[in-house]
Amino acid sequence: MRDLALALALTLTLIGGLFARPALAFEIEEVATFGAGAQVVSVLSTTDAAVFAPVIAGYLETRPDLAVRYTVANSQQVYAAIARDGAPFDLVISSAMDLQMKLANDGAARAFDGGAVLPDWARWRDRLFAVAQEPVVMIARRADFAGLPLPQSRADLVALLRDNADRFAGRIGTYDPAGSGAGYLFATQDARQSDSAWRLSEVAGSLHPRLYTASAAMIDDVQSGRLALAYNVLGSYAAARPDPGMVVIQPADFTHVLLRTALVPVTSTDPAAGAGFLTFLLSPQGQSLLAEAGLPPVSDTTITAAPQLRPIRLDPGLLVYVDPMMRQKFLTEWTAAVVQP
Amino acid sequence: MRRPASIRRRLLLQGIGVAALLALVLYLAVRGVAGAAIQTVQDSVLGTATVVIAEELRGGADGISVDIPYAAFSMLGAVGEDRVFYRILVGDQTVTGYPDLPLPDVVPGLTPAFYTVPYQDAQVRIGAVGRSVLVDGNRVDVTVLLGQTRTAQAVISAQMANRAAGLGLGIFALAAVLALISARSVLAPVHDLALAVGRRGPQDLRPVRRAVPRELVPLVAALNGLIARLRSALDRTESFITEAAHHVRTPLATVRMQTEVALRQARDDATRASLRNVIRAVDNAARSTGQMLDHASVIYRSDQPTQDALDLRVVLRDLVGQMAPTADMRDMAFVLDMPVGPVPLSADRLLLESALRNLLDNALKYGTADTDIEVALTPDGCVTVCDRGRGLGGGGAAALTGRFARGDNVGDVVGSGLGLSIVRDAARACGGTFTISPRPGGGTCATLHLPLR
Repeated sequence: MRDLALALALTLTLIGGLFARPALAFEIEEVATFGAGAQVVSVLSTTDAAVFAPVIAGYLETRPDLAVRYTVANSQQVYAAIARDGAPFDLVISSAMDLQMKLANDGAARAFDGGAVLPDWARWRDRLFAVAQEPVVMIARRADFAGLPLPQSRADLVALLRDNADRFAGRIGTYDPAGSGAGYLFATQDARQSDSAWRLSEVAGSLHPRLYTASAAMIDDVQSGRLALAYNVLGSYAAARPDPGMVVIQPADFTHVLLRTALVPVTSTDPAAGAGFLTFLLSPQGQSLLAEAGLPPVSDTTITAAPQLRPIRLDPGLLVYVDPMMRQKFLTEWTAAVVQP
Repeated sequence: MRRPASIRRRLLLQGIGVAALLALVLYLAVRGVAGAAIQTVQDSVLGTATVVIAEELRGGADGISVDIPYAAFSMLGAVGEDRVFYRILVGDQTVTGYPDLPLPDVVPGLTPAFYTVPYQDAQVRIGAVGRSVLVDGNRVDVTVLLGQTRTAQAVISAQMANRAAGLGLGIFALAAVLALISARSVLAPVHDLALAVGRRGPQDLRPVRRAVPRELVPLVAALNGLIARLRSALDRTESFITEAAHHVRTPLATVRMQTEVALRQARDDATRASLRNVIRAVDNAARSTGQMLDHASVIYRSDQPTQDALDLRVVLRDLVGQMAPTADMRDMAFVLDMPVGPVPLSADRLLLESALRNLLDNALKYGTADTDIEVALTPDGCVTVCDRGRGLGGGGAAALTGRFARGDNVGDVVGSGLGLSIVRDAARACGGTFTISPRPGGGTCATLHLPLR
């Protein structure tokens, strides 16, 4: 079923590519079209089409009259598509909470009245809504921690790295905040939450860490033994690839929870279509399909059951590090701390 | 027909109207004050955030460094999830933020200046702070604008307005209940006065003496004036009747005497018969005038009865003694049945005697000759006079006690129709009751109940 959907999507993509379309200024990674209905729901997302395919297939089962055109771009490009180009998408789903917040704050999101099913922390006004929550974790390669306790917090990790510099030199991986929107968000949230994050940056920096732009690549390298520990990895990716040699650690001091958020942009030509798909994503059926696809559903009970889990707050504070001067300043300081000669 | 206007309803409606007005005023006042207070609080938060950002602006050799504290933005959205806009200028150049965010009319200083402008399809409240920093030894003016939408204010205002509305409704309900209670209590004296006047007997023409609120004094004075006028009119009527009776009685006596003389001298049978008819008519008239006098005095005295300490046995025995000769003439006798001990009561002697005399007189008049009249007194003040006469006739007891009312079976007896009316009025003035009923085996029983001391 899923393969069929994918095959169909790819075919349609190829056919779609034959028609002359106005060139969009932002960089598209992938376009997939699902279903054959006359009415097309146009979705712009940072999540791979392969991950979202079963969710869309589930939606199209309930609405066979629709087709979904699913466009994938990175988070900066998603933001630029709406804010700069005014691209006419009906729904925008992104993991970059700060950029989504910026869109909503600057009036680029339409009101949507189906958000009451969400807890307060999972939405901002009637504009921005979380469709999935993903803890940001550390992944440790069990073999490299032989004889050592597994770090349970950032303070543990600082002590461990300082005391075992030889073992971990060159074998720590984390996001490059300059190259990855998610990495930038995690780093800024770390910096805002505690000073221990800066100490960690400096200690890790002395070990010449490897910098990545995607969680999947970090997990690959932990599994292959190239890395002993990856810091600030999306937990959903790790959970999708279980490995007995790999331990997923939620730092006990605080574990950020990334909210994958959706909004109906004002540039939409068919906002009702976008709102309809968003309603489905927030419904129990949509949430369980997202969970099957590896995107944990938004749940108040999960958060209250684990006190270390701190959802990144959807509030205007997120705008601070979107500011170009603040971004430049932060990246300068971060680079100074982590990238050491 | 229109229903009479109700003071109580008017008081109630006015009270409720005033309460509704006050509740509305309260609601508007609370809402206005709350709105102003929220604006002040919001402004102070906005001002603090603006100042904090301005203070983090640092000069240096290579230009201005901007460091926006995360909390400065975060706290602005805390209450109503307000949208946040900012703009930082160095001189006239926007270095970061929203370059089209409107500037204030005046150049702001270190104290935040606030203004509200439409921006991006919303009303935005902006705090502006200006200060100077040293850049490479030169003084440079910087301006920080921080704006937020008014969602929080609207949210809190709505909550406050709801509470104010609840408060207003509560006060209105309370005031309505109080208005009800107060209308009732204000009207209580009026109600009491009406009850007291309504409770009076038909003969009670005493002035109203009860204490009333000052506002009712004119009403009571007017009522007393009316009573006094009514009383004097009654007095005049009674004294007119008395005078008239006196003036009629004396000539009647002369007429009777002269007629008797003429009867004695008359030889012609027809003349004698007609003279006898004249005497009979004169007797009738004389008796009626006597009764009228009696009735007038009963009516007069019953307004202001005296309280004499009497023994009912003594009064009754004296009256029976006085009337025994009259009974003898008709071959009748009084049979007295008295208790052993005294039957004390407090009553007006004249009234009591009038009542009893008329009872006995009636029994004599309507009793059959050669029968006894049984007069019984019980220790609880009940006088019963029973005769073996012709009974009550077709009209029944109630028809007989009206003024000038006579039974339909008494055409042959001289009578005025005032006797039982006198008994009834006198009994009432003494605080007692009078009933009359047929006697088993023929005749009538008249019963007078008198309250004892």
